Amino acid sequence: MSAIVLEAKHINKSFHDPITIPVLKDISFQLRESEFVSIIGKSGCGKSTLLYILSTMDTDFEGELLINNQSVVGETDAALALIRNQHIGFVFQFHYLLNEFSVLKNVMLPGLKLGQYSAAEVEHRAYEKLRILGIEKEALKKPNQLSGGQKQRVAIARALINDPLLIMGDEPTGNLDKKNSAIVFDIFKELAASYKQTLLIVTHDNEFAANTQRIIEMEDGKIIN
Amino acid sequence: MKYKLIADIAKSLLLARWKQTLVAAVGVTFSITMFITLLSFMSGLNDMLDGLILNRTPHIRLYKDIKPNAQQPIALANKKDTTYNFIHSVKPKRERVELFNSASIMRALQQDTRVLGVAPKIATQIFYNVGAMNITGVINGIDIDAESRLFYFKDYVVAGNYMDLKNVPNSIILGKGVADKLMLNLGDMIQVTTTKGEQVPLKVVGYFQSGLLDIDKAQSYCSIATTQKLLGEPNNYITDLQIKLKDVALAPPLAKEMQAKFGVDAIDVQTANAQFETGSSIRSLISYAVGITLLIVAGFGIYNILNMMIYEKMDSIAILKATGFSGSDVHAIFISIALSIGIVGGAGGLLFGLGLSSIIDQIPFNTSSLPTIKTYPIIYNPTFYIIASIFSIVTTYFAGFFPSRKASKIDPVIIIRGK
Repeated sequence: MSAIVLEAKHINKSFHDPITIPVLKDISFQLRESEFVSIIGKSGCGKSTLLYILSTMDTDFEGELLINNQSVVGETDAALALIRNQHIGFVFQFHYLLNEFSVLKNVMLPGLKLGQYSAAEVEHRAYEKLRILGIEKEALKKPNQLSGGQKQRVAIARALINDPLLIMGDEPTGNLDKKNSAIVFDIFKELAASYKQTLLIVTHDNEFAANTQRIIEMEDGKIIN
Repeated sequence: MKYKLIADIAKSLLLARWKQTLVAAVGVTFSITMFITLLSFMSGLNDMLDGLILNRTPHIRLYKDIKPNAQQPIALANKKDTTYNFIHSVKPKRERVELFNSASIMRALQQDTRVLGVAPKIATQIFYNVGAMNITGVINGIDIDAESRLFYFKDYVVAGNYMDLKNVPNSIILGKGVADKLMLNLGDMIQVTTTKGEQVPLKVVGYFQSGLLDIDKAQSYCSIATTQKLLGEPNNYITDLQIKLKDVALAPPLAKEMQAKFGVDAIDVQTANAQFETGSSIRSLISYAVGITLLIVAGFGIYNILNMMIYEKMDSIAILKATGFSGSDVHAIFISIALSIGIVGGAGGLLFGLGLSSIIDQIPFNTSSLPTIKTYPIIYNPTFYIIASIFSIVTTYFAGFFPSRKASKIDPVIIIRGK
């Protein structure tokens, strides 16, 4: 039995403005190492909200959340930032690359922030990640010189730089055409298969979800499957 | 490592908007330049105006005041505690105005380590004779060497050689106003009448111009020996001792001490010329106020630019936070942006301020009342530069503080979901 990477226990969340609307109701699930999981559901069912809670960026919820068997409830801003930095990699719908920096530097930033390796080593590792994703040739370009699919791959490389326990994706293929979606999906699959990378992807693309190992389906703030 | 990364990110954000950054830095440069120039010029002016009077004024003057004796004879006759004597219309008795024991007082003062120097002086009323008219005036008998050393006497002698006063017997340096009125040239003889009625011819060896018209119209200078001869007094006759101290701030307590020690009257420069102190401090206050206002305006410029930068870079801030940069890291990034604008702009301002003040220092400024001043007065005081650098850093820090705090509080979820 492989180790539990992330565990949610009875997570409840409501929006209070203007009136109290419950968005998440008693969410409990576990995510084990090297699982490739997708969360699907209709728009507004709370899947993105859940992802942001799981990612520690949203701390306004009730219940318990354990990452790497450590509770993150009540941790300081700086401690949560460190957890995100060290254990969680992100891929969003939009790439969010910094145009002021080269592709390489964008990938390196979280690694430099963690400071686990020297700058030269982080650079070497960044090249390696870019090579896995097949875009090492673009390393010295600025992000705005790349195509949409390439940018998303850079974002994945950035998510991988600190060898996170878990990669979270929020509609990572939402902004891409069919061809690029396929490329990104293949990358995720490759990561899960060859590198035993744990992945948790929110999507409304059922085709995408069907190819993952496990599907969590949500409706009206609850897990139904 | 972490600081280097933060500085690196700050630098990239700065360079990405280098034109705006430049404008902000120029704002700081401009205000620091003006701050330094204003203060240097103002204090130059202050010093010049103070010097007009204070250079010529002893820090402490010892003299003998004509006043009724505090110990009246009746007090000796009637010593009972139960009585109190009222005396009406007390008058001073006939007394000499000279300082007793002036030679030994001078010796004692010269040995005092707090005293920079002592210059003896005799002040006496005389009349200048012009045809049938007599014009009242004052002759100051001075020790030329001491007067020059301590009170810059030679700076105020506008024609002739001041040393002639010592070398030529029976010579006089006339006030410029007196000379103009009497139409006397260098080398001419002038008749003066002393208060005792004696008429003495003196040779004009120079003109003196203090810059204060009233003084120049009445005062003239002779050597001590000539004045003593004029008055028919012995060569120990001195009416004033002018003392210059090493530290002018000590003048009031020292004046009291000397008054008690030597049994003479003493007045310090602060008491005698209180108005100059007030004028100087108010002028400095105004220049500081203007300088600080300029800096605050520059601070608002920085505030605006940082605010705009934060709105533009909302996404970048969000992703930095999502990938593990904490609020305090983001805060540090924007504070470093503000501080580098402040430091670069401030350093430029210091240089330009030095440049501008040295340019002003070269501009000719001639005025008949100030013979020693040839260009606009400027003071190069390191304190101004230190204050300016501290201020530029403090204002930019505060200008950066609120936008940085805003940036650090950005919630990445809202931005990322908003797309």
